[in-house]
Amino acid sequence: MKTAEEIFNQLKEKFGSSIIELKTDKPVEPFIVVHPLEIDKICLFLRDDKELLFDSLMNLSGVDDANGTKVKDDKGLETINGGTLSVYYHLESTKLRHKLTLKTSADREKPEVVTVTESWKGADWHEREAYDMYGIIFLNHPDLRRILMPYDWEYGFPLRKDYKNPEFYQGMKVPY
Amino acid sequence: MTQYSIQNTKDSKLKTEEMVLNMGPQHPSTHGVLRLELQIDGEIIIDVVPHIGYLHRCFEKHCEAMTYPQIIPYTDRMDYLASMYNEFGYALAMERLMKIEVPERVEYIRVIMGELQRIASHLVALGTYGADIGAFTPFLFCFRDRERILHLFEITCGARLLYNYIWIGGLSHDLHPDFIRLTKEFIKDFRPNVKELNELLSYNRIFIERTANVGILPIETAINYGVTGPNLRASGLKWDLRRDDPYSAYHKFDYEIPVGSGEKGKTGDCWDRYYVRVLEMEESLKIIEQAIDTIPDGDVSSAIPKRVKPPEGQIYTRVENPRGELGYFIISDGSLNPARVKVRAPSFVTMQVFPELCKGFMVADVVAILGSVDIVLGEIDR
Repeated sequence: MKTAEEIFNQLKEKFGSSIIELKTDKPVEPFIVVHPLEIDKICLFLRDDKELLFDSLMNLSGVDDANGTKVKDDKGLETINGGTLSVYYHLESTKLRHKLTLKTSADREKPEVVTVTESWKGADWHEREAYDMYGIIFLNHPDLRRILMPYDWEYGFPLRKDYKNPEFYQGMKVPY
Repeated sequence: MTQYSIQNTKDSKLKTEEMVLNMGPQHPSTHGVLRLELQIDGEIIIDVVPHIGYLHRCFEKHCEAMTYPQIIPYTDRMDYLASMYNEFGYALAMERLMKIEVPERVEYIRVIMGELQRIASHLVALGTYGADIGAFTPFLFCFRDRERILHLFEITCGARLLYNYIWIGGLSHDLHPDFIRLTKEFIKDFRPNVKELNELLSYNRIFIERTANVGILPIETAINYGVTGPNLRASGLKWDLRRDDPYSAYHKFDYEIPVGSGEKGKTGDCWDRYYVRVLEMEESLKIIEQAIDTIPDGDVSSAIPKRVKPPEGQIYTRVENPRGELGYFIISDGSLNPARVKVRAPSFVTMQVFPELCKGFMVADVVAILGSVDIVLGEIDR
């Protein structure tokens, strides 16, 4: 069993500047912030290293940080410019019984994160959901399609904080 | 039934052609609205592409517009066969985020309700599984017993299916004066019924023929995909969050964790997944018995906060739902509404591994495999 701090030091030694920081301010669970384009290599290492063995991905969730500049149009609807979208990874080792949280952030205008499906196949649908809801592009993903929303949904990504309902969807008024 | 290698048919001189067959969205054995795109060569499955989202209600978006206590009734509607446990997980996450100490009586009642819910949920899973495969009688027997549990819930909180019973820091009502007596009677009547179910279905020759050696889930695949709950245990890993990541009052009780052993076929086949659930019901009975014998007195609403305003932060909490690991990832920005609520639904992950289970089996086996993994579409689509 290893603590987040020990794992952080180990990763820092191996990956250098791709590991950005360790956040421990309470009541936040400690998490490690990493670079979005290096996450796949870090995850492979976390899975295969004999002292870490993170063999299972519990959860992967997209998050809208809503930390950009907010602009209101004449209808009072808000648009967010700049800032970041984030992805949280909750990992677990069923053999060594320890847990770890990773976080990675990408620009709102170009949200690109490398997929971790190579490490855990279960990440596939979670990443599709994050794409569907936030528009986060997972590079090298085998099958990046919408998953919960209709395949022909062209009106943006619903869980973004500045999402606006379309006026019509296939001839039906929204909200009706 | 046996698993066919696709290569064998390719080598023969008969010319075959692959075709795509749609199963669902409206199909009685898909347990909800699920569309499966089957790619088949004759009767053998080459690939399955599940299409989900027909029940999508934007639960996570709704949460961001509501206060924390208002979310509880919505969690009921995700996994509608195990509503009690959804509330349990959510309340636990909020209590850990706000550092609320819950009275011991509340913990005990939650465990009793959670385990009763597990039995009710497994009864639906087992009953409908029998019906899927062609045995209709066990379905009626299972629903008869489930009705008793729903009655217990009804006298406790007034609702049969969607309870809004477990609140942040406490419960909406204390137990009904008759609850303990009725639960004891139920346990006494239910034990022989499990034996009856075993005779009717579990050890039925036709049932074993249909389920043993079908849809085998190897343990490495299960872990890599993140499969949890009875489906993982049927593959042979002793992994139960009640023991491995203890929460509430579970550490006070004595119970076994049943795992699949490949008794009728290979470890991790449909029969194992079915039988692990039967054994789990008996273990739940043990927990309930111990809990009602030692339940302490106290006030169930003393720790309920008047105003739920958690500090800034984020938390991931998980519980062992009847279907596996139910996780809540909550980010609070210090206001009255959450900034993000993400639900890690066990069925969502199980559905993902489903194509792997079907490859090489017959079309008729798809129904058997889908029933054995026990999914609830309300939870997959949220």
